[in-house]
Amino acid sequence: PALGLFLFTIARDPLRIIILIAGAFFWLVSLLLSSLIWFIAVKASNPLDEPLQKGLLIFGVMFSVLLQEAFRFLYYKLLRKAIEGLVALSEDGCSPISIQQMAYVAGVGFGLMSGAFSMINLLADTLGPGTVGIHGDSQLYFLTSAFMTMVLIFLHTFWGILFFHGCEHQHWWEITAVIVMHLAVSGLTFCNPLYMGSLVPSYLLMATAATWAYLLSGGSAQNLQRFLLCKS
Amino acid sequence: MITFMNNSDSEEEPCNERTSLMSAESPPVPSYQDGLQASQAGEVQAHRKRRTGSSRSPNNIADGDMSDSGVPVRESTLENEEEELTLKYGAKHVIMLFVPVTLCMIVVVATIKSVRFYTEKNGQLIYTPFSEDTPSVGQRLLNSVLNTIIMISVIVVMTVFLVLLYKYRCYKFIHGWLILSSLMLLFLFTYIYLGEVLKTYNVAMDYPTLFLIIWNFGAVGMICIHWKGPLQLQQAYLIMISALMALVFIKYLPEWSAWVILGAISIYDLMAVLCPKGPLRMLVETAQERNEPIFPALIYSSAMMWTVGMAKPDTAAGGPSQQTWDAAEDGRENNRSPSHADSQMLETRSPAPTRPITSFEELEEEERGVKLGLGDFIFYSVLVGKAAATASGDWNTTLACFVAILIGLCLTLLLLAVFKKALPALPISITFGLVFYFSTDNLVRPFMDTLASHQLYI
Repeated sequence: PALGLFLFTIARDPLRIIILIAGAFFWLVSLLLSSLIWFIAVKASNPLDEPLQKGLLIFGVMFSVLLQEAFRFLYYKLLRKAIEGLVALSEDGCSPISIQQMAYVAGVGFGLMSGAFSMINLLADTLGPGTVGIHGDSQLYFLTSAFMTMVLIFLHTFWGILFFHGCEHQHWWEITAVIVMHLAVSGLTFCNPLYMGSLVPSYLLMATAATWAYLLSGGSAQNLQRFLLCKS
Repeated sequence: MITFMNNSDSEEEPCNERTSLMSAESPPVPSYQDGLQASQAGEVQAHRKRRTGSSRSPNNIADGDMSDSGVPVRESTLENEEEELTLKYGAKHVIMLFVPVTLCMIVVVATIKSVRFYTEKNGQLIYTPFSEDTPSVGQRLLNSVLNTIIMISVIVVMTVFLVLLYKYRCYKFIHGWLILSSLMLLFLFTYIYLGEVLKTYNVAMDYPTLFLIIWNFGAVGMICIHWKGPLQLQQAYLIMISALMALVFIKYLPEWSAWVILGAISIYDLMAVLCPKGPLRMLVETAQERNEPIFPALIYSSAMMWTVGMAKPDTAAGGPSQQTWDAAEDGRENNRSPSHADSQMLETRSPAPTRPITSFEELEEEERGVKLGLGDFIFYSVLVGKAAATASGDWNTTLACFVAILIGLCLTLLLLAVFKKALPALPISITFGLVFYFSTDNLVRPFMDTLASHQLYI
């Protein structure tokens, strides 16, 4: 689905593609920094201590979430500057791309990158021989991973929109809500492999974020109805 | 950002060919991005690599010297209005370069992952005589540094040679060299590549069929690259040639040498293009002074150029066709057919606002495509291919390097728009790529692996 999003909405406009790739890049850098921190922490600690490792992992995850949001903010700043540049350059005085579109694209960029990083090694392994969950782990590993990745990509997209909107209008509470949601989703994944605990709330959160973003973008129930019923 | 290529320099040829000179097409100086690349051919003759510049450059396979020259991109400095339009269409041009670079990388990565031949170590190029199988780390490092020095000096020699040839107008020699090199590349390497692919997938093919296929492929390729052909076909051929060259490099360069060479090449590229005495810069300037067209075999161009003496209005579908007319008095040769450019790649150009097609010698900047030297293609693909081949984190590392290279390309094009002169395309991208490769491989991979094993998500 994320790929479909990409193809239909982003591939048309080169500017969006650039923003997308830059968004992916920013996410990558944030991942790099967070893994650096985690790596240092692991090296500095006792590798045999299991709970400590788990705790460090949790710490790493949280820290990474915070870093991701920080980078999203940085990216927002960069895009603001870019918009001013684009407005100056364009002929009719208005930017070829609005900040909301940018928010959307940035969110997709983040999401795609995070999804890709989460899934791609998994996918490569699925090509090879093997049985899922042979050691007593859940047999639904791949399925749940796929769903989780998808929900995460969508969430990133929506968070992008919400985040940028919050920054635009100085609604700090929106920004904190996004951060809290991100932390919550990551935290929920700690319940794995108790899939009930992680997938369902994640989807609920995603639905919430989706409606929120939709409303923010100017949609309304009427628009939705018109769209669904194919009225002109 | 429109990067024009007036001069495309240097291709890398494993052999002694050097194909980097391209003459400037039109009076406005396009900016080239020169990526000098030196590629070394293995036991085979030298291939020419194309530098990243936008111009077609045939790959010549020489006896083993490859010199890639990045083509400096120069932008013509016309009025401000045109500059603004240039910048405005910059995004489109960036995408026009993204797609071929992405395609090339995809081809290389796909081949590396599937065909085992290219990751076996079957020997080294004669340009890297020091083996890396030594027991101690220091020795290995020393050997790789020595290999790099040899390779870089070979490239430098080749580039200087090419510049001299160009300066003294030995065009026939250069042409012959280019043709020989691309011949070798198209036929021999394709044969090897096809053989390996067929072996991997256990498909039987008899020799006559093989001969027919390769002959057709090679002949059409020669025509497309050196003469005229549909733009997309030409671009496809250039991409394939770059991929083949990159594969050869990946196979025949020992590990550490490859990384050190990548780093050294970008430094050399930087110097060769920006220093006033740098060979590439001299090449570009000479070509521009003479207003000559660029050699078609060295540069990848996203816009079509016909070397024609006539000026025919190109009102092909899609965007505005703006052409540069060859002024009789200048004897300029290159015409662009924007319509072809329009029909390529992703987007058609949005109609240029009310730009009258004049028969002046002005080049519409936005109609010019961006040019990237083929050598740049090759080195980008080498980096990503090496990441795919040797990284233990597999796809994550490859993906990270890919994104890093694309971002580097973006930044380079941005700088191009700002500075409006020939710029080396290699340094920024390669630096990003290297940084990301090493950091992803060592830092991110354990993190992601642990996360994945617990199925945690960040």
